[in-house]
Amino acid sequence: MDLSFTAEERQFREELRDFFHTAIPDRIRRKLREGLHPSKEEHVEAQRILNARGLAVPNWPVEWGGQDWTPVQHYFWQDELQQASVPFPVPFNCTMVGPVIAQFGSLAHKQRFLARAANVDDWWCQGFSEPGAGSDLASLRTAAVLDGDHWVINGQKTWTSYAQNADWIFVLARTDMTVKKQEGISFILVDMKTPGITWRPIQTIDGGREVNEVFFDNVRVPAENLVGQVNKGWDYAKFLLGNERTGIARIGISKARMKRIRELAEQELDGDRRLIDDPVFRKKLVSVEIELKALEMTQLRVVAQERHLEKGKPNPMSSVLKIKGSELQQATTELMMDVMGPYIAPFFEEHDLEFGNEPPVGPPDAATAAPMYFNMRKVSIYGGSNEIQRNILAKAVLGF
Amino acid sequence: MDFDFSEDQRLLKDSVDRLVLDTYDFEQRKTYIAAPDGWSRENWARYAELGLLGVNFSEDHGGFGGGGAEMMLVAEAFGRGLVIEPYYASVVLSGGLLRHAATAPIQDAYLPGVAAGETLFAFAHHERHARYVAHHVGTTATATAAGWVLTGEKSLVLHGDSADKLLVTARVAGGVRDTGGIGLFLVDANAVTKRGYATQDSMRAADISLDGVVAEAVLGLDAWPGIARALDEASAFLCAEAVGAMEELLAITVDYMKTRKQFGRAIAEFQVLQHRAVDMKVQIELARSMAMYATMMAAEDDADMRARAISAAKVQVGRSLRLVGQEAVQLHGGIAVTMEYKAGHYFKRLTLIEKSLGDTEAHLERLAAMGTAF
Repeated sequence: MDLSFTAEERQFREELRDFFHTAIPDRIRRKLREGLHPSKEEHVEAQRILNARGLAVPNWPVEWGGQDWTPVQHYFWQDELQQASVPFPVPFNCTMVGPVIAQFGSLAHKQRFLARAANVDDWWCQGFSEPGAGSDLASLRTAAVLDGDHWVINGQKTWTSYAQNADWIFVLARTDMTVKKQEGISFILVDMKTPGITWRPIQTIDGGREVNEVFFDNVRVPAENLVGQVNKGWDYAKFLLGNERTGIARIGISKARMKRIRELAEQELDGDRRLIDDPVFRKKLVSVEIELKALEMTQLRVVAQERHLEKGKPNPMSSVLKIKGSELQQATTELMMDVMGPYIAPFFEEHDLEFGNEPPVGPPDAATAAPMYFNMRKVSIYGGSNEIQRNILAKAVLGF
Repeated sequence: MDFDFSEDQRLLKDSVDRLVLDTYDFEQRKTYIAAPDGWSRENWARYAELGLLGVNFSEDHGGFGGGGAEMMLVAEAFGRGLVIEPYYASVVLSGGLLRHAATAPIQDAYLPGVAAGETLFAFAHHERHARYVAHHVGTTATATAAGWVLTGEKSLVLHGDSADKLLVTARVAGGVRDTGGIGLFLVDANAVTKRGYATQDSMRAADISLDGVVAEAVLGLDAWPGIARALDEASAFLCAEAVGAMEELLAITVDYMKTRKQFGRAIAEFQVLQHRAVDMKVQIELARSMAMYATMMAAEDDADMRARAISAAKVQVGRSLRLVGQEAVQLHGGIAVTMEYKAGHYFKRLTLIEKSLGDTEAHLERLAAMGTAF
């Protein structure tokens, strides 16, 4: 056991850090740093820079553009990318559908979709949740019926992030009504331009327009767009969610937030005392730092276990990362509001900030503090709610 | 970075795990507590035989030549078994002081005796109003023709009642809370007045009066840096011991939940209780991570960085053990507040670990004063 990083590991990390800071334009990274949302074009621009260097999809198999890295190197990639406030490679492409296609798709699927997904030539979105299937995802009712050489899909998906950007959607659909609910689900790739697909934005309490409802009305999809085997979709969905969970702790993002919080607390005055000199505030700050460190060490341990586990099998310990990672992301948003104090109040559209309009009086980043807090309540709900993660741990780790 | 154990480490782990499994079930443990010293001399001899009393001493000093990782393995196993022998007092604390705060001739003279289990050491350091300031030393040391004469009162000297030798802190210069001017002395335990007592976790401690006793030897006259280092190592040990105790306590709790029936079914079937057990597991994983971090950082030469890491670990472990201990009792129900059942004893040991070498709040204060944990 040696818990220090080797010289090679440290050098690898520094090279990545340099690259992220120099190659990705600061105008994009600044947005994330200040709690703003990069546009679709900026996401694509950043990802293509990464992809040209083989840094967009290192988690994929090497033959499809991935990197033959050690678990520690993978961890550094994610951590440095997030700390540099580089937009994360479109997760629907890179952490969700890409690995599923690479693992379970046909050769034709791989050739058709993978390189385009890595380069965001296609933007993917996720068709999993439904109005009646949230935490109980397997009870989904959107149905696909084979009609000649086409699947005909009818139903509704919801919470579909960035459907407005998407060219393709990967859909979980019921293909057998007669069996146990997990055993009648298939995983189907659908072109968003197919007739019969419509979507409607749902505005969230932060004012954002990130999520949507997507409706399927007799949508005809070529039969070959089904991934893997029919009625095995639930296995692929579990694989996808397991992959999502390890990345979902977003420790690098929380670290970047903490850095920003510290910067702002050093400037913010309470009378003539800097907020950073308030012992109560400092205790809160340090408390979150400690938990972040504990989570980071835990992530490294989980990552290190990976090579001892069967490939493609989700590690239930990743649920620990999801629970704590989401709680800490939320804790940082509360700390940021502590810095702003009453100046979280003014509601100011991000759109106005982007076009250089002067925000109301208040500390820097005041306009994004409350929206961030409101928005980030989602992280303990999505990706399998924290209660679902506890169910997983109860069963898989504690043997209940 | 490598989390895997080496072959030697695995062998050590196997042997200490096996030892605890074979010799430390709850009933056996009761007989050790009832022994004249309040712990088992027979076990102590066995630890010496297995090389456990010198795990992190150099081979020249009769040791195993291991480091923090090896100590972590021992600590975890001892935590799982609630081992009550004076390992922490003699090997961890005193061994650490001898290694970090003593001259080579003193090390040569005494470390082999510790490793062989022949000489039992205790650290007479804590004073009545020190709270969690580790460099609070009011006991005085005066140079005389006969040697250094020590006068003062020490309390909570772990295993001070059965120790052969005491390592005593006493002030040679400066004020009570100065880090400079703290001397470390070797004193024959028979030359002082001792009052031994049991502690809440079924171990032993003593109050010790130094009424002008002449020290046998001087380890150092400006000993704080070495003492601080030894205390940081000891903190890392306690963190790992707590992880072992928490793991076992959770396992006991989960087993109990699967057998205890209420309302016609095992209480393990209630989701609300399952989730509480899962929260214990999450806390244990965070504590384990920080115990490993503390183990790694205890070897750091930069005292400031080391102190931050140790404090951070102590905060996390302190929070985890409080939740795990309290929830274990709650999930068991009344049985866990009885002396006759083992769960309560884990809770008691964990509680005392939290209050050793700085509690959660004290370490958090220290980090807040430093400005940042990292």
